[in-house]
Amino acid sequence: MIPLEAVEARLTTLAAGTPTADDAAEILALGEAVLEHWVRARGETPTEDRQEGFRLLALHRQGARGLPSFNACRESCRELVYHHNLLTWQPDHPDADRRARMMALLANHLCLFVGGKLQTERLGEFCCASKPVRAQSG
Amino acid sequence: MSESKTDKYRRVAYYPGCALEGTGHPYNRSTKAVGKALGLDLVEVENWNCCGAMEVKNVDPKLQTYLSSRVMSIAANQMRMDVVMAPCNGCYHNLKKAEHDLAHDPASAAVVDRLSAKAGHPAYQPGQVESIHALEWIKGAIGEDGLRARVKGGLQGLRIANYYGCMYTRPRNIFPEKDAGPGSESTAKPHFMDDLLAAAGAVNVDFPLKTACCGGAHTLSDSDLSTKLVLNILNAAEAAGAEIIATECPTCHSGLEMHQIRAEKRFQRKTQVKIVYFTQLLGLALGLSARQVGLHENVSASRELLAGKGLG
Repeated sequence: MIPLEAVEARLTTLAAGTPTADDAAEILALGEAVLEHWVRARGETPTEDRQEGFRLLALHRQGARGLPSFNACRESCRELVYHHNLLTWQPDHPDADRRARMMALLANHLCLFVGGKLQTERLGEFCCASKPVRAQSG
Repeated sequence: MSESKTDKYRRVAYYPGCALEGTGHPYNRSTKAVGKALGLDLVEVENWNCCGAMEVKNVDPKLQTYLSSRVMSIAANQMRMDVVMAPCNGCYHNLKKAEHDLAHDPASAAVVDRLSAKAGHPAYQPGQVESIHALEWIKGAIGEDGLRARVKGGLQGLRIANYYGCMYTRPRNIFPEKDAGPGSESTAKPHFMDDLLAAAGAVNVDFPLKTACCGGAHTLSDSDLSTKLVLNILNAAEAAGAEIIATECPTCHSGLEMHQIRAEKRFQRKTQVKIVYFTQLLGLALGLSARQVGLHENVSASRELLAGKGLG
């Protein structure tokens, strides 16, 4: 497993640079690596399943089980997948480079958010998750 | 937009909350100025209190439910108002959470009953008022067509990334009116701010981090992480081609402003994008001056950019 520091360093480089559509697969894999760290830190084995065709989404679902505040990165994961689709289907689109940079920034955000939660699980807990409400309503 | 909403939102109880009396004062000023310019009536909730914010909620969620319920009780029982409008995402979120708790959790209702009796006011009953955000207020009372008809000059194609933050849409179950079909707000991809600013003449850029965590809750425990999260949001907005990030939450707004400066000092990473409340932008589009919408109170210096486009 790639150390999280190495994932963050690579994503920082990609986000600050000029990635292209050719980097889409690597960025998606880095996103999966981030979530693998999260799942392993919770004592589970990262799933190999796919959700809507993507392991990233299955990993997010696994990581959010019993922890609503993890849904704070749900949209980041879905946007990552969306940008991957755009870059895969339209690699020569005039906006491809901008989309690739945005994908790298999205993955970077996911990495920072999950890295923060690995330090203090309550990141995202005070604000959007409102755990007690969700726990009560099932 | 239904006719009833147009009428119902024309006169609302206004709950500014603590932040709008401090760091978020320009949001307070511009919200009132826009309301006046649009002919909407804001009646401030009498003797309002803290909504319980994040701190009380973390210590005792039921106490937070009571604090928010008291605001709604005053609006409903003393002021005889049907709608409470809160511009702050934190206040809005907590009013909605209290509404949800009181409707679904008997233990919360029991605490609210007990504390309300002790405080000497009627306990708030779920459904007595409708709590809305400032975005829903303007969207419902005026709508895009109404706004288009009133703008003077408009926003001149200003390129805007709309940042909603986390509390406007999460958790989804306390916002039953969202994701409710055509015309309703989306929790996955909120668009009310986009709709209003586009009607005022702005160009909304495609901004996929519009609900991403800004690390606000981490500011004290790990400031560097918050700065990195905000820097990433700022970089994404610039990569999307935005000149301005429009905000609708005083906590997000302050965080973006503070960490933009900190990113430059701590990581030598300078970004140019300006941070402006959506109500300030709407006010400018309606012909209000920079001072009337409180641009001088922002930390992010946007006056030169906006004046260059003939705004303010």
